[in-house]
Amino acid sequence: MTDGTDRTPGFATLAIHAGAQPDPTTGARATPIYQTTSFVFEDVDHAASLFGLQTFGNIYSRIGNPTNAVLEERVAALEGGTAGLATGSGHAAQVLAFHCLMQPGDEFVASKKLYGGSINQFNHAFKNFGWNVRWADPDDISSFERAITPKTKAIFTETIANPGGVICDIAAISAVAKKAHVPLIVDNTLATPYLWQPIKQGADVVIHSMTKFLGGHGNSIAGMIVDAGTFDWSRDERYPMLSKPRPEYHGIVFHETFGNFAFAVACRALALRDLGPALSPFNAFLILTGIETLPLRIQRHCDNALAVAQWLKAHNKIAWVSYPGLADDKYHALARKYVPKGAGSVFTFGLKGGFDAGVKLVSNVKLFSHLANIGDTRSLIIHPASTTHRQLSDEQKVASGAGPDVVRLSIGIEDKHDIIADLEDALA
Amino acid sequence: MNHDSYPDADIRGILNSVKTIAVVGVSTNTVRPSYFVFKYLSERGYRMIPVNPGQAGKELLGQKIYARLSDIPEPIDMVDVFRASEHALGVVQEAIALDPRPKVVWMQLTVRNDEAARLAEANGIKVVMNRCPKIEYGRLSSEIAWMGVNTRTISAKKASLPARGIQRLSLDRATLAGGTTDAATEAQSKAGNLSH
Repeated sequence: MTDGTDRTPGFATLAIHAGAQPDPTTGARATPIYQTTSFVFEDVDHAASLFGLQTFGNIYSRIGNPTNAVLEERVAALEGGTAGLATGSGHAAQVLAFHCLMQPGDEFVASKKLYGGSINQFNHAFKNFGWNVRWADPDDISSFERAITPKTKAIFTETIANPGGVICDIAAISAVAKKAHVPLIVDNTLATPYLWQPIKQGADVVIHSMTKFLGGHGNSIAGMIVDAGTFDWSRDERYPMLSKPRPEYHGIVFHETFGNFAFAVACRALALRDLGPALSPFNAFLILTGIETLPLRIQRHCDNALAVAQWLKAHNKIAWVSYPGLADDKYHALARKYVPKGAGSVFTFGLKGGFDAGVKLVSNVKLFSHLANIGDTRSLIIHPASTTHRQLSDEQKVASGAGPDVVRLSIGIEDKHDIIADLEDALA
Repeated sequence: MNHDSYPDADIRGILNSVKTIAVVGVSTNTVRPSYFVFKYLSERGYRMIPVNPGQAGKELLGQKIYARLSDIPEPIDMVDVFRASEHALGVVQEAIALDPRPKVVWMQLTVRNDEAARLAEANGIKVVMNRCPKIEYGRLSSEIAWMGVNTRTISAKKASLPARGIQRLSLDRATLAGGTTDAATEAQSKAGNLSH
């Protein structure tokens, strides 16, 4: 046996190769789309081993699928996690992750600067399950600490918060989570692992809406849970899905059996199996294809976004621009610490003309698409107060950076002078 | 000898060369990790021999359970240790007394005993500690990736198909190292080790 360690490949190499070897049967080099519901068994013993989780393999595409498995390993490798679980959407990923942590009456602490859809999910759907959110302010880390009670099972935040361009101090929030012995769940959708790998600062679970930058082409809804493998589920009795014998599987203890990928297996076998929001293998294929160019695309997104933000900042009809890549931005110091390659391409700005000027702008643009998504090759524009954040109270709108004068951009990878020209014409 | 990390090629070499594996401390309870390992490696073609003094004389998946290594009436290539770290030295002492000696002593995840390792190595036995041979087989064949697990390998080589079975992948393939994980690094430092 030799001393020494294996050489570690770089991010761009992993973005193309992780999880995807040539198909062992056909030699197909691109990942095949295994568009099948089910997989035959060798014999009854093989079936029993699969159902009992004693061997690795595919049974039924609601639980696992070979195309999805390539995507799961790919994203886990890019995030530096032990395992992944692909889901039908980012929202589905959140339901499954929390299902493995929460029981009725439990609480979790969440940053109040979140994607509006997550705020709705936590405030309404989760409350119907008896999962109670307590909100904290990422600009005041002590507010997370104050929100923790004996019932707290997790802390949830985003790396770069949508839509306000908030950079969360993940290392500081992780310290709070570690002190409380609860897992830190981080939505890394806006940054992607190309810009930010929050596991390095102590995230225990990473969530993605792969619909956005990972897929990157605006063609598929998809979500992902990545298990960092770092949380000790057996320290106390607060996570029975992981630390207690599970009747669903004749008494298997997931943490003891699956070690540092137990959370991902629990999300698959206890949550996805029974709740059902599986990802279509066709969508998994499209997301995989998108990820192969992730480093190239995200750098271009960031470079374009900075140019547009600087241009807007100098425009006389613009009141303010909230982009952490700008040198005088409130979050610039955190951006330099956490995302030195770029601060993403989703940000907001305020029009001096207020609500009416916002409506006029989204009506006048010709290159920007007016729609409710982010993270597309195309440049996108929306007025959050009247769309994505419409269901929030006025107070919540302002708190989450979606006041009436606010316009959100998701800058694409077109030529930047065309993007700027479209805004210039529409503002004229 | 560095026992914090093992090059994939070394682990692959061990799993490709050993044929008979004695599992010391195996459980007959079908939801215990040692049973999972025993059954999986049996299904992958290894001759598996159960060792557990409390169950001696009974059978596990058709194999007679022995009380101790010295009771096994055939040569064994590898001893897989499912005992707490402090018992690993005793298992190594038993292994050294065998004739012929096993080629490998493998201590399971969380099991690490550097004194036992030094003794085994001084007697020409390879040592792996704080790893699971089922996970390593699954990782280096990529079978474990069916469960979304990061194998920390990449390859542009097609694996050869095993002669039989469905969803079985060959261990005999060429890979490069994939990405690292904090968890893998942390797990290495957490293993119990009396001699640290």
